[in-house]
Amino acid sequence: MAIDTLRPCGDYRTSYKADQTIFATRLTMLFCVAGVVLACFAPFFFSRYILSLMIQIGYLGIAALGLNILVGFSGQISVGHAVFFGFGGFASAFLANKGVPVPLAIVLAGLWTTAVGLLFGLPAARVKGLYLAIATLAAQFILQDFFVRAEWFTGGTHGAMAAPFTLFGYDLSGDDRYFYVVLFFVVVMYLGAANLMRSRDGRALIAVRDHYLSAEMMGVNLTKYRTMAFGISSFYAGIGGALYAHYVGFMSVEGLDILFSIQFLGMIIIGGLGSIMGSLMGTIFMVLLPEATGWLASALSGSVIDQVLHLKDGLTYMREMLIGLTIILFLIFEPDGLAHRWRLIKAYWKLYPFSY
Amino acid sequence: MALPAASAGANPGTAALLSIENISLRFGGLKALSDVSFHVRHGELFSIIGPNGAGKTSMLNCISGRYTPSEGRVVFNGEDVTRLKPNRRAAIGIGRTFQNLALFSHMSVLDNIMVGRHHLLKNNFLTGALYWIGGAQKEELEHRRKVEEVIDFLDIQHVRKASAGTLSYGLRKRVELARAVALEPKLILLDEPMAGMNLEEKEDMARYIVDLNEEWGMTIIMIEHDMGVVMDISHRVMVLDFGRKLVEGEPAEVLADPHVRKAYLGEDDLDEAAPAALTA
Ligand SMILES: Nc1ncnc2c1ncn2[C@@H]1O[C@H](COP(=O)(O)OP(=O)(O)OP(=O)(O)O)[C@@H](O)[C@H]1O
Ligand SMILES: [Mg+2]
Repeated sequence: MAIDTLRPCGDYRTSYKADQTIFATRLTMLFCVAGVVLACFAPFFFSRYILSLMIQIGYLGIAALGLNILVGFSGQISVGHAVFFGFGGFASAFLANKGVPVPLAIVLAGLWTTAVGLLFGLPAARVKGLYLAIATLAAQFILQDFFVRAEWFTGGTHGAMAAPFTLFGYDLSGDDRYFYVVLFFVVVMYLGAANLMRSRDGRALIAVRDHYLSAEMMGVNLTKYRTMAFGISSFYAGIGGALYAHYVGFMSVEGLDILFSIQFLGMIIIGGLGSIMGSLMGTIFMVLLPEATGWLASALSGSVIDQVLHLKDGLTYMREMLIGLTIILFLIFEPDGLAHRWRLIKAYWKLYPFSY
Repeated sequence: MALPAASAGANPGTAALLSIENISLRFGGLKALSDVSFHVRHGELFSIIGPNGAGKTSMLNCISGRYTPSEGRVVFNGEDVTRLKPNRRAAIGIGRTFQNLALFSHMSVLDNIMVGRHHLLKNNFLTGALYWIGGAQKEELEHRRKVEEVIDFLDIQHVRKASAGTLSYGLRKRVELARAVALEPKLILLDEPMAGMNLEEKEDMARYIVDLNEEWGMTIIMIEHDMGVVMDISHRVMVLDFGRKLVEGEPAEVLADPHVRKAYLGEDDLDEAAPAALTA
């Protein structure tokens, strides 16, 4: 895409260091920094409802980025991302209940999930395409079953309590405070991924995706990097899940099904495969979509449409159908995702009014 | 660039950098290579020619580790590498380009070439993710400098930020060469580097290859169908036909060989393929 190379005039780079920045342009950097700074003030302005949506976007966005590293950047597939998200939640709740401070428990849960991800990734990274999809499907069902049976770890069907987040004795568990915890993790995890992709191992991951034969000739060990992608992806899923568990205060096996895994896939398809910021955009979209249907349904309540479709009873089904429909529409009309559309819009305004 | 100036250029040494010893390669019933042996000396520009399906690419694949020969040995720099994994060969000094375009098409030209530095870089996923803290930034910048030298050499400055998939065919071939050069290999394998190029692009490419050999001291094995270029720039040429070695020798000897005239060139084409005809 030639647009990637568009830079505003006057933006000259005089050293390689200036040219290797994490953001494509100064404007992009300003956008991101301003976004984070503005987010810092969010708890002062927004209602608890909006904050809870933002927190949800945060922990899901971290997990979605993990899946994007596996699918978008390394070119593999996983239809079992939800169980790694779940494993992180259970692991962190478990560790916290054993007396580990919650912030540490979250990080350790991420590492623990990485180990589990590698366990499944080791054989999975040796197969491709349909076989890989089935191998990850197996992970989905095996771990889901494990969650139900391993009562010592998950509390079985009853679920497990997850301690509230405290740091040096400060309670950071309410929406307005936990928001900062999630924001911190989002910034760190997203910066980490952006850095990874501009250094040796990140490039190797993309190289394996784009042309594995020549990647191999460049000295890239294919199995090592395919497995590594599983590890990194599970780490992100684990951290996301752990943040979720301590937010809700409770972790249960319910909802960790294949539908949830597919929703993660939906997020990165909608946001843009192989795009870091796209992972976040897709998550925002996926979180707001069911909310929007809810708003729409209540706006229409009592109307003719409501009477015909029975919106109140059918809402959950409508939401699922809408998610499926959106994924399909994006695959057909916007296969490069929201991130690509965003780049096009930026390019349009940069060239305006000489866009043609 | 700090490259091992094995033996500066046009006068190849006498010691063999690569020895191919009695290699045979079978695909089921098909024998792609039968009992082929040859040596490539330090600093040599060695060409392999032959009709389609003669086994030229298969030969390169045996050297680069893509295929393991059914019989015979590949000895590189005194070491038996017949069964060495392909991804270990960059580190011992073997680089290559492919007959069909093989760039990482969604990466920028710069990143493509940086992947060529993979085996020379030390930062990993951890130090990479921390970038500013573990020294990854410093290392990346050092290697960026080396990559820029390669970019300057191949005159691709203007496309360094473009994503590789958007480039013209000729440019892609050049970027692929740049990526292989960035490995700092002792031996570079080029599979039809000029295929599909127009005359001007071919001349440029020929000059880069000669410079790599003479100034950078790289040993080169090249597969090429353009007889004019081959005869003009190679030190020695080997002819393969149906997986067998027909002849091997200096361009003039090869051209004079009756087998070659008959089997490969076809008597009538000979005038056209004469050395001076194509390149300056
Ligand atoms: N992986 C493979 N499996 C089966 N047969 C193969 C394989 N690779 C090559 N061959 C066969 O081996 C023979 C030699 O092929 P090769 O690609 O080495 O020829 P070449 O000399 O490079 O030809 P060209 O000039 O067309 O590139 C051909 O008959 C080809 O079909
Ligand atoms: Mg070939």
